[in-house]
Amino acid sequence: MPLEVEVVSRVRRLYHTGHAEMVIIPGSEGEMGVLPNHAPLLTTLAFGELRIVEGEDVVSFVVYGGVVEVRPDKVTVLADDADSVYELDMVQIEEARNRARDLMASSPSAGQRAEIAQELRRVEIAAKVHGRVQGRSPRVRSVGDED
Amino acid sequence: MASTREIRRHIRSVKNINQVTRALEAVSASSVRKAQAAVLASRPYAQHAYDVLVNVAAQSTGVARHPLLEVRPEVTRISVVLITGDRGLAGAYNTNIVRRAIRFAEQYERPVRWITVGRKGRDLLRRYIAARERDENAPAFLKDQKIVAEFSHLPADPDVGDIAQIAQIVFDEFLRVPVDEVFIAYTNFINTMTQQPRVLPLLPLRPFEARSREIMELVAPEPEVKRRGGDYIYEPSAAAILNEVIPRFTQLQILQAVRESLSSEHSARMVAMRSASESAETLGDLLQLEYNKARQLSITSEILDIVGGVEALKQSDAG
Repeated sequence: MPLEVEVVSRVRRLYHTGHAEMVIIPGSEGEMGVLPNHAPLLTTLAFGELRIVEGEDVVSFVVYGGVVEVRPDKVTVLADDADSVYELDMVQIEEARNRARDLMASSPSAGQRAEIAQELRRVEIAAKVHGRVQGRSPRVRSVGDED
Repeated sequence: MASTREIRRHIRSVKNINQVTRALEAVSASSVRKAQAAVLASRPYAQHAYDVLVNVAAQSTGVARHPLLEVRPEVTRISVVLITGDRGLAGAYNTNIVRRAIRFAEQYERPVRWITVGRKGRDLLRRYIAARERDENAPAFLKDQKIVAEFSHLPADPDVGDIAQIAQIVFDEFLRVPVDEVFIAYTNFINTMTQQPRVLPLLPLRPFEARSREIMELVAPEPEVKRRGGDYIYEPSAAAILNEVIPRFTQLQILQAVRESLSSEHSARMVAMRSASESAETLGDLLQLEYNKARQLSITSEILDIVGGVEALKQSDAG
């Protein structure tokens, strides 16, 4: 039985499929692979890579916190924010990282500091996931090639 | 028939009105696109969040308890969040939702503590409450209602931060005052021509059962929530998840209601202004016709005067 997977962020629906075989979730308690017929589960998301395995394809997203609801036949990812890895642009990521670092260096207030730290964390994760997916080369790769 | 000068003045004022309604229509048309895009984009998340909330609330194990899920045996008073616009000239948009909220309050027969979002709703409600206070025959629960908080001037594209205060008041009402149930009255956006005023139960979260058909008809039917496969496993723990998820998802329901209402308001205003522009144009055409007739009439009578004068002269010459 295939698994239905829906990925939504607060501002849009990113992905919806009816035939996934496995979802790898960056849970706040660690990475978690979900197969069809999993027991109902509710967990919070960390910042990290969300992978959806569909046959030979692995579809990849970067999620920045949120909640996942798992039901036996459906996984719903409610991300606070999310990007499709294939939409990420390394140049933009670098620019954002430099901007955040400059801001951090300009002695911000405590409140701003937390915000910038959050942004830096986002950028780091995006860069890491982007690098990892690039390493996996093209868009399609079999699951066995995972590290 | 009115003099040509009067008609001309009338034509000018109709043209001015037409310009104003056209401008308002154009402004709404541009906001309407943005608001509609925003509401449609955030709807899937809000709907899934609502499903999760109701699923959590329906859990059979005692683990899934949270203060915001507490169902009180007796409902002695309620709060209603009423979402309207700050400005008028939006057709029946504001009156429709206020009227529906009031009808709900009258049918529910409980004292209401109102939380208004938008100036128009606050003004209409104030007038209604004052009238009930003067009315000697009004039942006690209607005399015992008031506006406890009012919000206005929300940004055009509100985010969680903009409605955080509203949510805080809602939580305070339910946990501290306390009221036993909280409802939200807003206008659901369907499309540019159709918007649907509705009252939705907000707290506590549970499948809503009303005592009468009338109330059930006023309260929007809940989206059917599919519940399958028994109780959740919570990771890391039930308490951690519930504390994170329940307040945040409740906030999101309020935010989505605000977005739906904003989109409805812009659409209603655009349609109202378009029909006003069209009426102004029709009126302008009619007046123009009348003006032309009056002008022709006066020219004809002037010519008749001249011709008559010439004839008279001819006759006196001949004579």
